[in-house]
Amino acid sequence: MPDAPGLELIAQGIEEGRQGIVIETSVEHGRATLVVNPEGLLHALSWLRDQPDQAYRFLSSVHAADYLPATPRFAVHYELLCRERVERINVKALLEDPAAGNGATGAPGSEAEDAPVDAGLPEIDSCVALYPTAEFQEREAYDFFGIVFKGHPDLRRILMPEDYVGWPQRRDYPMGGEPVLFTHNEIEAPRWFE
Amino acid sequence: MEVERESLRARQLRARDLLRGDLEGKDLEQYVEESVLTTTLENALNWGRANALFPLTFGLACCGIEMMSMVTSRYDIARFGAEAFRASPRQADMIILSGRVSIKMAPVVRRVYDQMLEPKWVIAMGACSSSGGMFANYAVVQGADKFMPVDVHIPGCPPRPEALLHGFNKLQRLVRGQPDLGWRQRYNAVGTEEWARFETGEPTSEAIERAAKAVEDA
Amino acid sequence: MTPDDLLRDEADITERGYSRLGEDPSSPLVDAAELAGQGPVGPGLEPEQEILTINMGPHHPATHGVLRLIVTLQGERVLDLKPVMGYVHTGIEKNCEDKSYWKVIPFVERMDYLAYFFNAEAFCGCVERLVGLEIPRRAQYLRVIHMELNRIHSHLVGLGTTALDLGAISMFWYCFRERDRILDLFEMSGGQRMHTRYIQVGGVFEDIPVGFEEKLREFCAVMPARIDQYEALLDRNEIFLRRTKDVGIVSRERLLELGVTGPLLRAAGEPWDLRKTPGYLSYGDYDFKIPVGTVGDGYDRYRVRIAEMRESVRIIEQAIDGLPEGPWIADDRKYVLPPRDELSTSMEALIHHFKLVTEGFRVPPGELYYPVEGPRGELGCFVVADGSSKPARVHFRDAGFVNLQAFRDMCVGGLIADLIQNLGMLDPNLGGIDR
Repeated sequence: MPDAPGLELIAQGIEEGRQGIVIETSVEHGRATLVVNPEGLLHALSWLRDQPDQAYRFLSSVHAADYLPATPRFAVHYELLCRERVERINVKALLEDPAAGNGATGAPGSEAEDAPVDAGLPEIDSCVALYPTAEFQEREAYDFFGIVFKGHPDLRRILMPEDYVGWPQRRDYPMGGEPVLFTHNEIEAPRWFE
Repeated sequence: MEVERESLRARQLRARDLLRGDLEGKDLEQYVEESVLTTTLENALNWGRANALFPLTFGLACCGIEMMSMVTSRYDIARFGAEAFRASPRQADMIILSGRVSIKMAPVVRRVYDQMLEPKWVIAMGACSSSGGMFANYAVVQGADKFMPVDVHIPGCPPRPEALLHGFNKLQRLVRGQPDLGWRQRYNAVGTEEWARFETGEPTSEAIERAAKAVEDA
Repeated sequence: MTPDDLLRDEADITERGYSRLGEDPSSPLVDAAELAGQGPVGPGLEPEQEILTINMGPHHPATHGVLRLIVTLQGERVLDLKPVMGYVHTGIEKNCEDKSYWKVIPFVERMDYLAYFFNAEAFCGCVERLVGLEIPRRAQYLRVIHMELNRIHSHLVGLGTTALDLGAISMFWYCFRERDRILDLFEMSGGQRMHTRYIQVGGVFEDIPVGFEEKLREFCAVMPARIDQYEALLDRNEIFLRRTKDVGIVSRERLLELGVTGPLLRAAGEPWDLRKTPGYLSYGDYDFKIPVGTVGDGYDRYRVRIAEMRESVRIIEQAIDGLPEGPWIADDRKYVLPPRDELSTSMEALIHHFKLVTEGFRVPPGELYYPVEGPRGELGCFVVADGSSKPARVHFRDAGFVNLQAFRDMCVGGLIADLIQNLGMLDPNLGGIDR
């Protein structure tokens, strides 16, 4: 993992090409993180990949996280790996939730159930052109968080049914399932024979 | 019941009478009972069905691996006659739902079940297909009996292959027409099942409310 | 021309007007607009050359799990392939956000259901690093022993079911015979055959019982001969060779672009294994090799897996020989349950136990991605901790999910029978893919 000074040098290198991309750098638990602005994401990733002394050519993982109630709410993490030097770096792109305050989670049973769920979806550039491995993983982030990856060749749901409404892994989406039946509540819940 | 051992000479004489057509009435009946195995056609069919069940290959998740190991030589299911796992639902008469049924898979399972020909049976293997298991969330159907009838539930996560064989034996008894009702048979408690309780006049929720209100008002 | 040449003769098809075969696999081979203007029988195509889209539905005889493949065929040749997943999606990642860290371990074990120790190790390792907990040497060695046994187990099931799909049914019985021996060992140490919850945050749950070591040594003594048996079954089997040689080749660069790791990448010639570079747990203490293939076809993948099983047996032997004495779980009572005998004498131990069992331990805010080398490739666990006793986000970078992207490249241009072989050699585990 690049250490803190090394990470600062990387941040400077990225900033040389385009200003205002890197928001923050941090090294925690042995993991180097570059927090970037989503507008400059592709520039940062291609800099990390194409610079001869960086050469982070392997994308291990693209995943999203929901930091509700912190803002910005979403973050997409890109775990990059340089196999020659065996170093990993994490690029984290923070995304605001444009539909904040909308109350539309699309969850069954919530009040705003009929509000259009696609009303405000966070958007970010897709890195499939740089790293083809991101194809399925970005689809998964879209499926579970509603993050739209602009430029993705085939952005549709991957693990949930195609006609599913709602973004299940968002923090405000209910867990679902049924309450466990005990003798004290078994009369209320209708079973299959009723 | 004591069986009188007739001497060889007496048996020979009786057989001679049968062949001549001289055995009548009670003697004839007794002779037939002792020497011929009788059964109804239904019993024979059920016996055949039970000992030659064709399961459908339907491994969904972890339980599927234990189901596969039940087929292998240590926990041999071939000794019960069910080693011929058919891939086509048209040829199978039993489906072992081994694994968690997700909401995307549920219509597929139902369709496969519908494609099976009567008579068919269902074993819900493991906690996930019996009741949703540990996954009480948006993605798992909380029990396969929400959308299809299930004959035998097998608890476990995953159940040992021996447990699956035990459940399979119970299914065989069910097929043969002598269902093993488990502890309820032994403790004289048939009729206390959940669905039976409501039929045998135990109070429903409205009745309980009415009783509570009556107590309040009084 | 032999029948083989006729089948694999692409020039024949090109002459008839379908000239896009063999181009860049990332561009769509079948142009929908082009096809829409034609009938089912296009210009210049004979009736038996029409394009057919079939659905290898989620329920199919290939015993690898509920994967749905939408395959576009021309005759027997695969033109395009779309995998549809999600039929065993269990929402484990979401469910983990509701449980304390201790309770997440059984959930997470059930993702890739053939590599359950690896799932647990990825999660526990991530949490241990977030918390800053060191695990004792004995625990590291025990974890490695169980993980390597699990690697052998996963390869056995994968190879057995692949051979079953290809028709070599005896391999299935032999592989599962060994698998039962491994599961006996798991039952001795963890109490259960699968999903044993043996790996806990801080080490392992319990020390190995008396008799485990002997049984393990017996297993290690017998296993190489058994692997020889598997090789004798398949290595020079003409049918197996014809089906797997030169089939499903994807170039190393393409595999790296697609993010593929594990035996698939190693069969293509890239010696990348997280156990060696950078290494974790106590893998640095053992002397083992990384088997690497040359061509990257189905046969190489099979050989790499067999060789990996042999190397795993060597690792286990070295680990059990060098098993250090000491505690099997860390001492820190804030994260690890105290031993039960102390509960009746020490008030502190009782309080720790109570806190850990009811609320669970708290992890200071932070996030971390921790990869391990699973039997299918890089299995990474991403945990976001927000200071409470429940994780805020658990995500697994599952090797099968990413490897499945290479499946299209492997199958396009080949026959549909090769598709079955490729699916087997890809060794997907739908529990891991769907989570």
